[in-house]
Amino acid sequence: MTAPPAAFWASAAFWGLAAVAVACGVAVFVVDSMARATFALLASLIAVGLSLLLIDLEYLGLVVILMMIMEMLVMAVFMIMYMMNPAGLMPMKMVHNNRGAALIAGTVFVLLASGVFLVPWPERTGTTPADPAHALGLSIMGPKMLVMMIVGVAILATMVSTTVLATDRGRRRGKGP
Amino acid sequence: MGEATPLWAPIALLGALCALGLAAAVLDAVLSGLPTASHPGDAVESPLRSGPLSAAGDPFREAARLLVQQRRRTSLADTLLVRVGVCGLLVVAVLAGVVLPLGDRPVADLAAGVVWFNAMEVGAWGALWLTGWGANSVYPLVGGYRFLAQGMAYELPHMFALITAALGAGSLRVGDVVAAQRGLWFAVWMPVAFAVYLVSALAMAFWGPMRGPVGPDIAGGVRAELSGPDRLLFQAGRHLLLAVVAAAAVPLFLGGGAGPLLPPWLWTSLKTAAVLALLVWSGRGLPTVRMDRFMWLSWLVLIPAALAQLLVVAVVVG
Amino acid sequence: MGLQAFLLLACALFSVGLYGVLSQQSIVMLMMGLELMINGLIAAGGAFWYHVAPAAADGQVLVLVAVTVMALEMAMGFAVTTAIFRAREVDITDEAGDLRG
Repeated sequence: MTAPPAAFWASAAFWGLAAVAVACGVAVFVVDSMARATFALLASLIAVGLSLLLIDLEYLGLVVILMMIMEMLVMAVFMIMYMMNPAGLMPMKMVHNNRGAALIAGTVFVLLASGVFLVPWPERTGTTPADPAHALGLSIMGPKMLVMMIVGVAILATMVSTTVLATDRGRRRGKGP
Repeated sequence: MGEATPLWAPIALLGALCALGLAAAVLDAVLSGLPTASHPGDAVESPLRSGPLSAAGDPFREAARLLVQQRRRTSLADTLLVRVGVCGLLVVAVLAGVVLPLGDRPVADLAAGVVWFNAMEVGAWGALWLTGWGANSVYPLVGGYRFLAQGMAYELPHMFALITAALGAGSLRVGDVVAAQRGLWFAVWMPVAFAVYLVSALAMAFWGPMRGPVGPDIAGGVRAELSGPDRLLFQAGRHLLLAVVAAAAVPLFLGGGAGPLLPPWLWTSLKTAAVLALLVWSGRGLPTVRMDRFMWLSWLVLIPAALAQLLVVAVVVG
Repeated sequence: MGLQAFLLLACALFSVGLYGVLSQQSIVMLMMGLELMINGLIAAGGAFWYHVAPAAADGQVLVLVAVTVMALEMAMGFAVTTAIFRAREVDITDEAGDLRG
């Protein structure tokens, strides 16, 4: 008996994480409690972030985890603000066209999945850089600078417009309470 | 990951963190037992006060009492979420410590170690909110929301302080940050970042003036409905969180294990103990800061100061 | 865990998210569906980077953009929800569908 190679453990970890990600994703729309739904989504996002760690994307995987925890916690606040039954104490369902949606989603999955196996994916070219985060940094500050600039402007625009939309004073009412 | 981590490293980390957390609890009890300190804040926690020496035993007495205490339940509580939250606080504190070197090298020497530390301690947001929400009771819920508001305030300055240290070293690896401080500690030439880090550390462990989420004005806040072993775990998690934030200040700003005569692990421990003592002591006697005031302070003072510090470091390094 | 395994995971997440977007009535739940779809995009972007062209950083940039889009989508979504709710006391997509003031 020899110990299984590292590739086996990586593969096992990936499938475990994938199962968690999808199961938690489904749980988001199954559980009654909004708090549970939010944290199921968070678990799904974290599982994907961890799976990125398996393919050398250490920095991005951790950034995904970091941002998603904060994002989901903010989301929880709004969920509870706007849902009529946040704690799920009275089981209820708020869906429309459930059957059609499930059908469309199922069809899309079958189409995409068959695409995954039928499309001849290109061969791997090049090797992973020693520090992927460094490569990413050089890229967005060099050839991909346009992406970074657009993202920056988009963030600024979002900050301004969310503040305008969300403050009580509104767009036209001017100053004063 | 480089060469394999010795088996004793995780055990040593766990032991060191527990010892530090316990030391923080004892110091806090002793300080609250001093006749000059008349802060009502944690009076609930140490009912047997009678002088500093006897107060040193309070944490142990309290732990023993909680271990045998019967659990109190609230109606329609979401027990699963409470358990996740209470255990989560402990888990994120230990996980955040994984990248901190106790001596020469950490348990896991990650290339993005600083980001790992940040990502793990943000988990405290989730842990606290879940604990507050799950009890199905008003005061814990208020405490959970208070911590989110506090998190919004402290997290950005905290991130900028971490990034400043990483920028000074030109690397996200904690070991490289330590190595970059051979000549001069980052605390000396990035004093603003260090100060911001310490303030955010208090806020993160909801300690001292930032104890709002567990404040006495809302009957203990997040932990109001916790009893028995649950409460013990929560308290342990809070102390471990404080310990791990104090421990992170050492490799990030205080030169890690560098120092004359003594071995690195001893220097690391001494420095960590000093930072921890500073944090615990600064918590006594200061009034609780309201979240909105802290938010104001954070966004109008701490963030601009941290950004200015970042700019200075970028100019010096670049 | 080759490229296809990752893409399969991405497809599954995308489809589950799509179901949520199509079926949920609450705007907040709808946004959770959107987040799941972008989650799939993140997995796919990372996998493409690692398994197709690790030398170029394009896949990584895609993941970075996806994470940003998620944050922006959420911020805008909640701002709009807050505005709608304030104006009309509505947080259900069906009721917000018409443009009457």
